[in-house]
Amino acid sequence: MAIDLSKATFWGYKRENGRIGVRNHVIILPVDDLSNAACEAVAHNIKGVMALPHPYGRLQFGADLDLHFKTLIGTGANPNVAAVVVIGIEDQWAKKIADGIAATGKPVSFFGIEQHGDHDTIMRASKVAKEYVQWASELRRVERPMSDLWISTKCGESDTTSGCGANPTVGNAFDKLYPHQVTMVFGETTELTGGEHLVAARCRNDDVRKKFQFMFDRYQAIIERHKTSDLSDSQPTKGNIAGGLTTIEEKALGNIQKIGKKCFVDGVLDKAEEPTSPGLWFMDSSSAAAEMVTLCAASGYTVHFFPTGQGNVIGNPILPVIKICANPRTVRTMSEHIDVDVSGLLRREMTPDQAGDALIECMFRTANGRLTAAEALGQRQFVLTRLYESA
Amino acid sequence: MIHFVVHDEGDGVGVVVVEGIKTGQTLIGWIMEQDKEIKVDAKNDIPIGHKVSLREYKPGDTVIKYGIDIGKVVAPIAIGAHAHVHNIKTKRW
Repeated sequence: MAIDLSKATFWGYKRENGRIGVRNHVIILPVDDLSNAACEAVAHNIKGVMALPHPYGRLQFGADLDLHFKTLIGTGANPNVAAVVVIGIEDQWAKKIADGIAATGKPVSFFGIEQHGDHDTIMRASKVAKEYVQWASELRRVERPMSDLWISTKCGESDTTSGCGANPTVGNAFDKLYPHQVTMVFGETTELTGGEHLVAARCRNDDVRKKFQFMFDRYQAIIERHKTSDLSDSQPTKGNIAGGLTTIEEKALGNIQKIGKKCFVDGVLDKAEEPTSPGLWFMDSSSAAAEMVTLCAASGYTVHFFPTGQGNVIGNPILPVIKICANPRTVRTMSEHIDVDVSGLLRREMTPDQAGDALIECMFRTANGRLTAAEALGQRQFVLTRLYESA
Repeated sequence: MIHFVVHDEGDGVGVVVVEGIKTGQTLIGWIMEQDKEIKVDAKNDIPIGHKVSLREYKPGDTVIKYGIDIGKVVAPIAIGAHAHVHNIKTKRW
């Protein structure tokens, strides 16, 4: 490794609660679908802020509503975000989300549209957003140890080259970052099917193993309850199958290459839950790319490693998504989406160690402020996970 | 030049990593874990990313990749043939 990771640093934004962000977004966050238009109008009025529209937030209840709040609060609380304006159709839920974000100490305001209308709400929210973005624009990056980075991973539009090239590249990088107290996470519960015993064997102790097995079995029960076939129409996906992946087991074994050969699984998180210490965490999550990456952002992760085979184009509004690809055809046909080309691995022109180093170098450049391909292309999928129907 | 890669010596399939593999072509494979080379003659055209069989399989057999079970054989597969959803299925779900 060219860089001495024990002394490696990056330049990030120190937030009020001590967490370090690698981006400095001011976001306009809708509580619900009804508030999207007002949020987008504020983002149109005030340059340099970003609205995060989404289709949910009405008549949800129980665990599904809790997850909605957790995801929105976590997104606002993420250290890649400097300040937040929350807009909801009603005051109460907007206040609940703003209060959750305010616990970090960062500036946050909320507005309810009812009894005001869009025009008045947009005017008042725009005034606040302008103050926030001017304030945020004067914040400066500070030099921080690598251990302040939180790295998440999830792969997508995988093919067989993911399993022999791009995913082992993430695994190699994770093995190198793990001893240096970096906080990391992987998930995709159903996409471990066929290799769940390998993850269980990597769990730090029986307590972690039991929690992992509980999450895995819980998700399998959902599949069993709702399936009408062996899922061969959706898992593997049509893109996976076009790319040569045949069964969920084969996909899972490729997927698991992302956690390397040396890391232990130190803990288990529920969806959008924040980790409490450095190390490698497993988060229960869907394997749908945007859902999982959105949950990683809500859990507080600040840089994402996204290996792809056939060429997933995903990004996230607040979490920079670094794309890694080993498929020479995809690297040729979709080059504008790929940040780290490791196709040399499959020509025996690059070693796994060199590929891991290339990813770590890209991680530092991204953390220091270089825009990822997804950021430059405006890929901002913000997709909330739903657990069941609304009331 | 490598035409396909194999994760582990015990695997029954390899992954084609170049475009345009045609029937009858002699393919050179790299076994990654043991760092060895092997050869097989392609019995079908095989697209990049798709698997070439390194064993003679009959229905009911188990296919090994990464040294682990990836599913069951549902139609005979010859050495050098294209191995995919038409002859291998999941054992799960």
